[in-house]
Amino acid sequence: MAERAVSRPQDIPLGPTHRVGVGRWGIWTVIATEAALFGYLLFAYFYLGAQGPPGWLLEPHPSLKYAVPGTVIVLLSALLTWWGVQAILRDRRVQSAIAFAVAWLLGIGSVWLQILDWKAKPFHLGTSSYSSIYYVTTGFDVLHVLVGLVIFFFLILWTALGYFSARRSLVVTVSALYWYFLTVTWLAIFVTFYVSPYLGFGQWQ
Amino acid sequence: MMPEVTTTPRVGISGVEHEAKLERLWESEPGLKGFLGTVDHKKIGIRYIVTAFVFLALGGVEALVMRMQLAGPNLSLLTPREYNQLFSTHGMTMIFLYASPILSGFSNYLWPLLLGSRDMAFPRLNALSYWIYLAAGIFLYSGFLTGNGPNDGWFNYVPYAERDYNPGLNQDFYALGMILLGISTTVGAANFIVTAFRTRAPGMSINRMPIMVWGTLTANVANLIVVPAVSLAFFLLWMDRNFGTHFYQPSNGGQVLLWQHLFWIYGHPWVYAIVLPAMGMVSDALPVFCRRPLVGYALVAFATVSTMILGFGVWVHHMFATGLPGLGMSFFSGASLLIILPSAISVFAWIATIWHGRPVYRTPFLFFSSVILLFVIGGVSGFMTASVPVDWQLTDTYFVVAHIHYVLIGINVFSVVGGVYFWFPKMTGRMLDEPLGKLNFWTMFIGFNLAFLPMHVTGLLGMPRRVYTYGAYGGWDTLNLITSIGSFLFALGVLLLLVNVLKSLKSGGPAGANPWDAYSLEWSVPSPPPPYNFAVIPTVVSRYPLWEDRLGEEGLRSSIERGMLLTQGKQTIGTSGVDASPDIVLQMAEDSYAPVSLAAGTSLLFVGLLLKSIPIGALGVAIATLALIAWMWPSFELREREPEHG
Repeated sequence: MAERAVSRPQDIPLGPTHRVGVGRWGIWTVIATEAALFGYLLFAYFYLGAQGPPGWLLEPHPSLKYAVPGTVIVLLSALLTWWGVQAILRDRRVQSAIAFAVAWLLGIGSVWLQILDWKAKPFHLGTSSYSSIYYVTTGFDVLHVLVGLVIFFFLILWTALGYFSARRSLVVTVSALYWYFLTVTWLAIFVTFYVSPYLGFGQWQ
Repeated sequence: MMPEVTTTPRVGISGVEHEAKLERLWESEPGLKGFLGTVDHKKIGIRYIVTAFVFLALGGVEALVMRMQLAGPNLSLLTPREYNQLFSTHGMTMIFLYASPILSGFSNYLWPLLLGSRDMAFPRLNALSYWIYLAAGIFLYSGFLTGNGPNDGWFNYVPYAERDYNPGLNQDFYALGMILLGISTTVGAANFIVTAFRTRAPGMSINRMPIMVWGTLTANVANLIVVPAVSLAFFLLWMDRNFGTHFYQPSNGGQVLLWQHLFWIYGHPWVYAIVLPAMGMVSDALPVFCRRPLVGYALVAFATVSTMILGFGVWVHHMFATGLPGLGMSFFSGASLLIILPSAISVFAWIATIWHGRPVYRTPFLFFSSVILLFVIGGVSGFMTASVPVDWQLTDTYFVVAHIHYVLIGINVFSVVGGVYFWFPKMTGRMLDEPLGKLNFWTMFIGFNLAFLPMHVTGLLGMPRRVYTYGAYGGWDTLNLITSIGSFLFALGVLLLLVNVLKSLKSGGPAGANPWDAYSLEWSVPSPPPPYNFAVIPTVVSRYPLWEDRLGEEGLRSSIERGMLLTQGKQTIGTSGVDASPDIVLQMAEDSYAPVSLAAGTSLLFVGLLLKSIPIGALGVAIATLALIAWMWPSFELREREPEHG
């Protein structure tokens, strides 16, 4: 009879701690599937543009009046989120709550700028396939940011209630990952819709 | 006092007191709370299996009605409009509501038992994915039952699906229902992936995972990435139909082929998603009846993953007849032909396992070994249509219909029914009747081949698919009659399975823990398993934990009786992704109303979208939001936060 191999575990974390826990894997699956969704939206944009008739781009040089400030705000919001996470990992709850609150306000600002951008367009949803993909893609982004804002609201509340500490902070680090993902998503949308026409996409006659 | 943040799990052997304690911790409450709130993967798995079989029966009845219509030329049992809805609903039912959910059901039930764990990584998510699947099925079928079923084939090409040509609610039901179902598939996929990587028993390194886990894992990685493509395709269609967008309308710069690309970017990987887990069942269970381990484990695991990787690059072979550039088609044709390599690896591994084994001809063996033959036939017809000129001849004929049925029934249904015979004793503690099982097999096998083998010839003779009737010329009538007779025989075979299940639930012989003398961990626990699965967490040192002595392997043996006890609450062990060494004690969620409430709110939102009713939609959003807040609220029991005044 051969000897049995019995696992002799060391002292290991009990429940999610710091950055360790199944929740972290969970958020990466969410990010993977959402990234795929936005990937297909951008695929649809490039496909419609590449196959489209001359003049498909309704706005050959898209206005950057709101998009550039919006991009700066989104990046700042991500930076503050990172600062808030660093704070909670050092048990500085007040600093963390303040950072998240400012990041939250910046997030609201980015939505407001997107709405201004929508209003300033010389076309509407049903004008052509270009306007359709523009409104639907940016609309999906705004919808996701709104979900992110609800998450932020609760993060601030929970941080203020003293739920989190350096050890019990997986909810915070995981939510922050989602916010970073939305930042990257916005950058991809910005480059596709606002920058690629300046580089010549859709400009053929 | 600060609560403990780390712990050293105690190791020991089980006892009466220990098991009673686990029973209290893991047992679902009786009554409504237990019914609506249960997160037990075994209950959820059985719900999945039963629901999927109901849809299989519905789709089967639809097929029989069509076969009556097609039994002879110029019959008029169905109008063209009814026929359109029937064949579309049949495809939708079998492909989306049966083929994938049935495999989710088996995997839900079996995974934690195969992996030596006490539950899936996200138990509540598991419940959510079932409830949304059920809701999506009801949603789609309420369309069909009110005369608003899909009517454009299961792949639903535009422009016919657009409002100008299709003014009813049919397409709105289909579009929204498919998006709802996509949510279920996606959250299920996330759960499988994390479960596979994080909750394997200590020592079950990645090269010791059962092939079924490889298959389901691979399929669900694909689901996670491709389901958004079809959800988006349907969403854009719904926008075109209801809000005046122009994604698929050429008159305003839209592209008809955008639909086909988005649909098949999803559709082809999906085909592998509904066969790879089934092939995994064969790879795991067939060796039990050959009394030897699977030949070529590593190659089969590699073939599973590489089938899917290639599978991402073959979608255009559904679009060879759309006038795409030749160079592009050559690439996709080549990738499609290449799939033969990993497929052949699995086939030869199974054949070699039988060849080198001592086969025991029980009912599961008959089903699993028949899969090999049917897969080869379906694979060869697929290999043929992967070639562009051959496809041009055969596309939209009954040859393609024969191909899809050989692949889906041959690999999915035959594996699944074999799986029922194999795992029913584990799930219920009773054996299925063996003579009835053999009769069941031969009826299904003969009926299936009688129905679908001649259908290749029907297609070669040029009969187009999806016509509601045909004339008495072209030599199609006899072949169609044979197909109709075969399909009824096949249906009788499926009915025999139902009879056997109902009979054996009452009077089947007792199964015991390991009636097949099998090798994997699920056979080390009682049948049916207790709510906590494993009284102690096993430690695994090989792929065949229960066969180690007879295989005469060197070194240590897996430990089943002695292991981590984990009784401080609902606990199981989390292990590292590759080598499965314990790195966290997971606190598992209790039963909860949150998943069923979230599913109800989400479904209500979709009803609101269908009816374009803001109050209904808003109510749905409100319920879903409240459920999510309750779900996500950091819980001290799950150690997601510090105690109240910590």
